[in-house]
Amino acid sequence: MTFATPKSLTGQKGVLSFINARLVDPASGTDEAGGLLVEDGIIIDSGPHLLKNAPVGANTINCQGHILAPGIVDMQVYTGEPGLEHRETFASASRAAAAGGVTTMIVMPNTQPVIDAVALVDFIERRARDTAIVNIHPMAAMTRQLEGQDISELGLLQEAGAVAFTNSKPSVTNSKVMRNILAYAHDFNALVVHNIEDSDLAANGVMNEGLVSSRLGLPGIPREAEIIMLERDIQLVGLTQGRYHAAQISCGQSLDVIRKAKQTSLPVTCGVSINHLSLNENDIGPYKTFMKMKPPLRTEDDRMALVEGIRSGEIDVIVSAHDPKDADLKRRPFEEASYGAVGLETMLAAAFRLYHSEGIDLLTLLRPLTTNPARLLGLECGKLSVGSPADLMIVDIETPWMVNLEEMSSRSRNTPFEGARMQGRVTKTFIAGQCVFEL
Amino acid sequence: MRKPAPIHQNDFPFDHLLSIEDLKPAHITHLLNLAEKATIPKTQRPKKQDILKGITQINLFFEPSTRTQSSFELAGKRLGADIMNMSVKTSSVTKGETLLDTATTLNAMRPDLLVVRHHAAGAVELLAQKMDCSVINAGDGSHQHPTQALLDALTIRRNKGRLEGLTVAICGDILHSRVARSNIQLLSAMNVRVRIIAPSTLLPPFPESLGAEVFNTMAEGLKGVDVIMMLRLQRERMQGSFVPSEREYFHIFGLDPRRVALASEDVMIMHPGPMNRGVEIDSRVVNDPRCVIEEQVEMGVAVRMAVLQALSQHLWSQPAT
Repeated sequence: MTFATPKSLTGQKGVLSFINARLVDPASGTDEAGGLLVEDGIIIDSGPHLLKNAPVGANTINCQGHILAPGIVDMQVYTGEPGLEHRETFASASRAAAAGGVTTMIVMPNTQPVIDAVALVDFIERRARDTAIVNIHPMAAMTRQLEGQDISELGLLQEAGAVAFTNSKPSVTNSKVMRNILAYAHDFNALVVHNIEDSDLAANGVMNEGLVSSRLGLPGIPREAEIIMLERDIQLVGLTQGRYHAAQISCGQSLDVIRKAKQTSLPVTCGVSINHLSLNENDIGPYKTFMKMKPPLRTEDDRMALVEGIRSGEIDVIVSAHDPKDADLKRRPFEEASYGAVGLETMLAAAFRLYHSEGIDLLTLLRPLTTNPARLLGLECGKLSVGSPADLMIVDIETPWMVNLEEMSSRSRNTPFEGARMQGRVTKTFIAGQCVFEL
Repeated sequence: MRKPAPIHQNDFPFDHLLSIEDLKPAHITHLLNLAEKATIPKTQRPKKQDILKGITQINLFFEPSTRTQSSFELAGKRLGADIMNMSVKTSSVTKGETLLDTATTLNAMRPDLLVVRHHAAGAVELLAQKMDCSVINAGDGSHQHPTQALLDALTIRRNKGRLEGLTVAICGDILHSRVARSNIQLLSAMNVRVRIIAPSTLLPPFPESLGAEVFNTMAEGLKGVDVIMMLRLQRERMQGSFVPSEREYFHIFGLDPRRVALASEDVMIMHPGPMNRGVEIDSRVVNDPRCVIEEQVEMGVAVRMAVLQALSQHLWSQPAT
């Protein structure tokens, strides 16, 4: 595995040609053999006519029949920067991202300090440029200090480069505040991303409330904690017409709520984490704390409902929900252990399970990983269109491999997929035409 | 007031002035004409007339006010009325008396004109039902401030020579503003095109129903307007509850020279006061010759004289009891 360094990324110059590729572009619905041309970091042409023929003088990369697709846009990434760099820095997270085909990651504001001021958005952008090898954009706090009370300066933060607004882990419980956030954000056409959980109802729960929690003797979080908050939010969207995105749904009933809202043309979208598409509460087994996350893993029926949501396109976005936690926070009794799992490196491979085992076609699978999040966030990437940045991945979708902790780039190793058998892997990742990762 | 005076038909057939909504364009024009006559040259002395000689006027202010209260006081004095000022701090209201009991008490003192400001919408109308005298609304909650709308209209008419056909943009906290509501009603009644510019958090629901065009940005809302009317934004409303901060509010909705330039060249800039420089309005704009804030204050006295005069007309026509 080789990675570029931030200093080596000086901008791709001249013409770069990808030949002998299987072009997969969910934005245009293309899945065909072809090639792609890049000049100065921007896609200038693509199609079957470029399958074999590179222009004279161009640097040429032979994809050897593998998939060439837009890189992943991951809408929910927690790092430890600023404040908790021992968990993860932009540098380490961006290497993990590059290894997983993630070319753009959106970092969350629940850092120390909280990203709720223009100067901090500037800081993130500068640090990202100086230390990361993939694109990083900040999602800013929608309330000051994430306290759920006072609206932060959405207009100024958006101008500074915040791509969306969120309250991160804690939901905004005060409905009046949520209403005003949605109304105010509407004036800027800003996207409000909400993690939905009624914290009073979830109380001290640590996993899905159900048969397994009952057997393990662990306090549960009922699905209703999520559904109640989601339904409230959708009522407020109806009132304000603010653009709303449920960061993660975890159960079938939430998908029903989303479906109904979309049918009434409300500006509502939703995401799901790769974990909830791959795992269920039974994976907790004998108190495996690496399976402890929020929202909690639900039942197999819920997982299957979410997979159907991907198949039907009703779920808009898949996120890694990459949340690095060091071992001493995770290796504790289940109730005391931290929430969260890393996922940047394994997201795509785990998603390919849906292709290999659940029969979801590639375009349908890649849409919520690339073009959908890019469109929601107003980013130019996530597609193979002429004029888009050449943020690309080459993927060998067949080769089997095993997740090996020692090979992971993330500074924290709290993966729920340790030792898991995967099929399909990124072999090269490009940012604006420059190779940042090679297997 | 809904009840026209039964006997005496004149140009202003009302017992009270509670809301602009009650007035027809002819009534508004009548008051503006009367006010125009009440304006006095700077050098005129003595300023006092005796039109309201022997009339008792009570100014009852449940909310602190400097300019409106002194404007009403001065208007009454210039017309020769006897004036009593009552403010909440010194009244029995602070001792727990209800509004209607206060009304009964005041009524027993037999005033002829009662000027009231109250923090609750509809309170002045409630009070008027209990009073035998004429009641003037000097501001009730977020509902009405009819004399402010009249003085704004007079200021515009004097500068532009007309009201009809003009375009006026009202910017700021529409949701909590009685000034905005009264102005929108008056101006639309006089065939003025009204625009309101505000963040969605400071707009009432169904803002178009007020009779105005709604804009969320100054760039669109100010384009080509003849008059810009800024509203004050209360400090407690811009610390996160409705607007994130003063800084952001000024950045997006503050009136600076760059934005004034979007309006028509001979635009008038107005503000009901008190203003917050650097929050809703740039100091450079305040000093712009097109800014008529002082004239608004001057017209305030004239309009209030006109209103007192118009309402007092029926006092003479009623048989003494």
